[in-house]
Amino acid sequence: MNELIEFISNNLQITYILILATFVGIEVIKSIPAVLHTPLMSGANALSGVVIVGAILVMLHSDPEDYVALALGFVAVVLGVLNVVGGFAVTDRMLEMFKKKK
Amino acid sequence: MSVLLSIIYLIATVTFIVGLKKLGHPETAKSGNLIAAIGMGLAIVGTIFINDIEVPTIIYVLIGVAIAVGAVLGWLIAMKVEMTKMPELVSLFNGFGGASAALIGVVEFIGNDNIAGTEATIVSTILSAIAIGAITFSGSLVAWGKLNGSLKSVVKIPQYNIINNLVIIGIVAFSAYFVVTGNDNQILLYGLLASGLLYGVLFVLPIGGADMPVVISLLNSLTGIAAAITGILYDNMVMLVGGILVGSAGIILTVAMCKAMNRTLGSVIFGSFGATAVGEEGVNKTLGTIKKTTSSDTAIMMNYAQNVIIVPGYGLAVAQAQHVIHELEELLTGKGVNVKYAIHPVAGRMPGHMNVLLAESNVEYSLLAEMDDINPQFNNADVVLVVGANDVVNPAAHNDPSSPIYGMPILDVENAKHIVVNKRSMKAGYAGIENELFYNSKTSMLFGDAKDALTDLVAELKGM
Repeated sequence: MNELIEFISNNLQITYILILATFVGIEVIKSIPAVLHTPLMSGANALSGVVIVGAILVMLHSDPEDYVALALGFVAVVLGVLNVVGGFAVTDRMLEMFKKKK
Repeated sequence: MSVLLSIIYLIATVTFIVGLKKLGHPETAKSGNLIAAIGMGLAIVGTIFINDIEVPTIIYVLIGVAIAVGAVLGWLIAMKVEMTKMPELVSLFNGFGGASAALIGVVEFIGNDNIAGTEATIVSTILSAIAIGAITFSGSLVAWGKLNGSLKSVVKIPQYNIINNLVIIGIVAFSAYFVVTGNDNQILLYGLLASGLLYGVLFVLPIGGADMPVVISLLNSLTGIAAAITGILYDNMVMLVGGILVGSAGIILTVAMCKAMNRTLGSVIFGSFGATAVGEEGVNKTLGTIKKTTSSDTAIMMNYAQNVIIVPGYGLAVAQAQHVIHELEELLTGKGVNVKYAIHPVAGRMPGHMNVLLAESNVEYSLLAEMDDINPQFNNADVVLVVGANDVVNPAAHNDPSSPIYGMPILDVENAKHIVVNKRSMKAGYAGIENELFYNSKTSMLFGDAKDALTDLVAELKGM
């Protein structure tokens, strides 16, 4: 419990951001037509690929001699990019189909 | 961190929010997706090139290669995949994101020479990134396998709840042990990783096929949370906010899907659909007999109908019959028949999936009716054509409290004058349960592959 209180007081800003962002996420998604659920899920999925930023940071900070960290970081970057590029591209393809019959 | 990079992250964060918001409206969805993608690109490029540390060239080269490999693969998969395979793909990509988070956690842990001297909150952050990342990775892979049929739909594990709880206790205990003792034993770390992977498998394996969309959405949300946790680790705002956005939006989406199926999240996670054995032939002791029909009879019936409602299901997508059904609909409309599509919220394998598939074959948007709008119209329908749908038209949802789908909102096709059901065989639907609609005296069964049957139907109608 003490740890938690300590964490909150040390990271007050982060805690605020966490809570506010949670509400933003909820508000932004509310009352979405069912038609868009699939593209939305796929778009949100692409966004969760933001973890790639962390993977790049891992690689930037690793020692060139530290092969384990580099290899793991490399795989993390590849998977993260796959998630981002694939996710956005496939969402775009899906939405393209909605558009063309207008 | 440089001011420029902070500003780039700020812009990226705003694009995420705006993009997500725009994705929620049909007219702006495409631009929303693009805006978020641009923001993501900015964040990635900024992270690579704006830093205040000395980075050897070889590392830049490696990062470049990794990005090129991932981007080309991701692009190719996204461009080649069939629209029917969309749920599997989202699930697969999601698993990759989770794996990425877990790997980051592992690197941070083994790269830290002084776990004992590190703040407990940092250690917990690393450990939760590993655990949640591992759970989403293996869980998504199992979901992917179940959706593409390579894994059996429902797997019953004896004492499932006990085993599951033990694993989750194990994960928490492992983590607590690390945090409290400051132990940096790598074998134990891999133990944690393995328990996370195991939990992901155990979590998804027993969940019934019909509940899969909910699970994918939930896992998607978890990946967001894993990303946010790594964001805390690096004190990186774009990861934190981006991850939390996906996390909370994902939860809302999950709940919306549960509502569409009238299931609670708890019942999805803890109770799986039971599978009852169903005879291959049309005689069932309790339900009576079925009536078979031919495409020419169906064509005559439709030709002289005033109102026809088409109920498309996943079977239509599997048979790639969405183009033929559009042809049928145009043909009937040309003959003065009033044709509409009734779209159940979870038709297909994911909410909105059927809309994507029909849009792909140029079906007029205004002809797609949502469940609540179309249900009162079934009374006036002369013919309802059910193609490859099963559970979403199962009256057991209304009148059999013992049925696992009891309470799920369905399309009230039984109110129509005639019902024609196209199915490959009498096999049960995705939920693995019997459908009494097929034994209704108003129902005739048109057996055969959806594409072949509809092609025959179109040919018959053309000849009239």
